Amino acid sequence: MPEVLKAPLVVEFPFTRSLGPVQSAFLTGLRERVVLGVRTGDDRTLVPPVEYDPVTAEELHDLVEVAATGTVTTWAWNHAPRRGQPLATPFAWVLVRLDGADTALLHALDAPGPDAVRTGMRVRIRWAEERTGAITDIACFEPHDGDPAELTGTTGEFADPVTGIVAPARLDYTYSPGRAQSAYIEALSTRRTVGERCPSCRKVYVPPRGACPTCGVPTAEQVEVGPRGTVTTFCIVNIKAKNLDIEVPYVYAHIALDGAGLALHGRISGIPYDQVRMGLRVEPVWTDGARYPDHYRPAGEPDADYDAYKELL
Amino acid sequence: MTREETPGVRDIAVVAFAQTDVLRTTDELSEVEMLMPVLHSVLDRTGLKTADIGFTCSGSSDYLAGRAFSFTLALDGVGAWPPISESHVETDGAWALYEAWTKLLTGDADTALVYSYGKSSPGSLRDVLTRQLDPYYVAPLWPDSVALAALQAQALIDAGEADESALAAIGTRSRRVATLNSHAQLRGTVPQGDYAVRPLRTGDCPPVGDGAAAVILAAGERARELCSRPAWIRGIDHRIEAHSLGVRDLTDSPSTRLAAEKAGVFERPVDTAELHAPFSAQEIVLRKALRLDDSVRVNLSGGALAANPMMAAGLIRIGEAAARIHRGESDRALGHATSGPCLQQNLVAVLEGDAR
Ligand SMILES: [Zn+2]
Repeated sequence: MPEVLKAPLVVEFPFTRSLGPVQSAFLTGLRERVVLGVRTGDDRTLVPPVEYDPVTAEELHDLVEVAATGTVTTWAWNHAPRRGQPLATPFAWVLVRLDGADTALLHALDAPGPDAVRTGMRVRIRWAEERTGAITDIACFEPHDGDPAELTGTTGEFADPVTGIVAPARLDYTYSPGRAQSAYIEALSTRRTVGERCPSCRKVYVPPRGACPTCGVPTAEQVEVGPRGTVTTFCIVNIKAKNLDIEVPYVYAHIALDGAGLALHGRISGIPYDQVRMGLRVEPVWTDGARYPDHYRPAGEPDADYDAYKELL
Repeated sequence: MTREETPGVRDIAVVAFAQTDVLRTTDELSEVEMLMPVLHSVLDRTGLKTADIGFTCSGSSDYLAGRAFSFTLALDGVGAWPPISESHVETDGAWALYEAWTKLLTGDADTALVYSYGKSSPGSLRDVLTRQLDPYYVAPLWPDSVALAALQAQALIDAGEADESALAAIGTRSRRVATLNSHAQLRGTVPQGDYAVRPLRTGDCPPVGDGAAAVILAAGERARELCSRPAWIRGIDHRIEAHSLGVRDLTDSPSTRLAAEKAGVFERPVDTAELHAPFSAQEIVLRKALRLDDSVRVNLSGGALAANPMMAAGLIRIGEAAARIHRGESDRALGHATSGPCLQQNLVAVLEGDAR
């Protein structure tokens, strides 16, 4: 068996999220160094605030300020901070019930070591120097000896409220395509196209994925297909894709490689776009160093009979 | 809900169960390649072919795969052409089983294939799981799954319900009994290890691994044809708690208790329980919520501390419970699955064999 292929796969996404009135007030408050909670029907103050009561589902909107000091309700010592976490040096994760609140907020506590942390200890917010209206406007908590912090008297009305957040995320993977697709990619490196035949229905799948979706059985027998094939259907693309170095209009086609049981897709070139047709016989064109055919061009053969490819449409 | 609450509905049973060995990495296999032997194994146990199955439901997660609509590729393994009646849940397969059970209740199908799978090896699971958290207040801080479980463990210690040695004993017992489970990833003596996130040591945490599982459900007489001792689903229910960790009492699991009550757990004692407790402290929380005493055999499979393939570990709990009934080793068993941080969502099923 050939060596298993692997490649880095990075998934990055900057989610843009809009805020409701309660979240907007809370995050705007953080920007202004104020912590707001929301009052429930049974007179509890939830911090961080939510728009609906987690018990009764009643809509909540009664904002109330709480102090920037509080008490640790539980904690966990994180000796090896990970990417994206609030502090790069060892810290404690903490749930903190701020003075005036009935529920706890999750954040980080900057402390010299686990011996300096305990449930019940008093802490206060350390504000981030640059604040944008996000939970990270709280840089972290720090130990605090003393009384509850004074309230600012803010009502929750702000001149320039934050209405949305951008939540960037990045996850890193090492992608491995598995046995069947690895064999397909290996073959492409020698400019061959290899499919797999279903032991039950005898259909040849290309690219192979290791299973026949009709029979639900594994496929294993490798079959070389092509290099020539037949255009089974096509479309004419008139909109230029971003970062794509291909002039429009161009033709994108389904191509049944000779010996394959279903068509794969590819671009057709070397013929005016309005002369591409079903049944056109084509061959792959490779460019130097490429890992797959750049496009397909007419092979110079008579067109295939419709009956020869109608099952592959 | 329980059958007793809804007279006249059909009896539905787990009639077959299969699972892969859970491995740290399965680089050489795509998801469908990993899944296919399990699908064939579970079908072989009943003599059914994919074309005979009335309804198919799967559980998996795009965030593990790093690709959108990743479950569609796995459908190749169930013979999805021509089109079949099929659905998917983006969570553990135990919830796919719940959906399949409701489908069979409607009478639209007599058999269902439920499968789920997860390959954690391509990514960093602790980071990947942060993306299921509240995106406004929590996810931007990237608190990982071990850190959140550690907060729960400390709360339990502060409440006087556990200490570090009690936690260690749970991991030790789980891996010791897992020596009898050839599919488990961690078996036998495993060092308690250093702190992962204090107070949890590596021995308190589940192994990260790849795996898949499949179950076949059947209704009424069809179940008796397919299995000599069907594991009848007497009740099944799932409940959820508030998203915000700071609102919840982390030392308790009211959602598990409520699901158990609605599933009829407390009506008669169970003899066996398979609990999905990925972290040692969570087993203590679940035992309390489910009122399990020492007369109940808990996690004879080794549980999630021995093998915790994401998206399959909950379905495996129900499968393990059912398999004990199939083999005559249990008469009334409880299967539990969890999802989300600190036991946020919980599903409880009660399974019974026919009287002997
Ligand atoms: Zn086939």
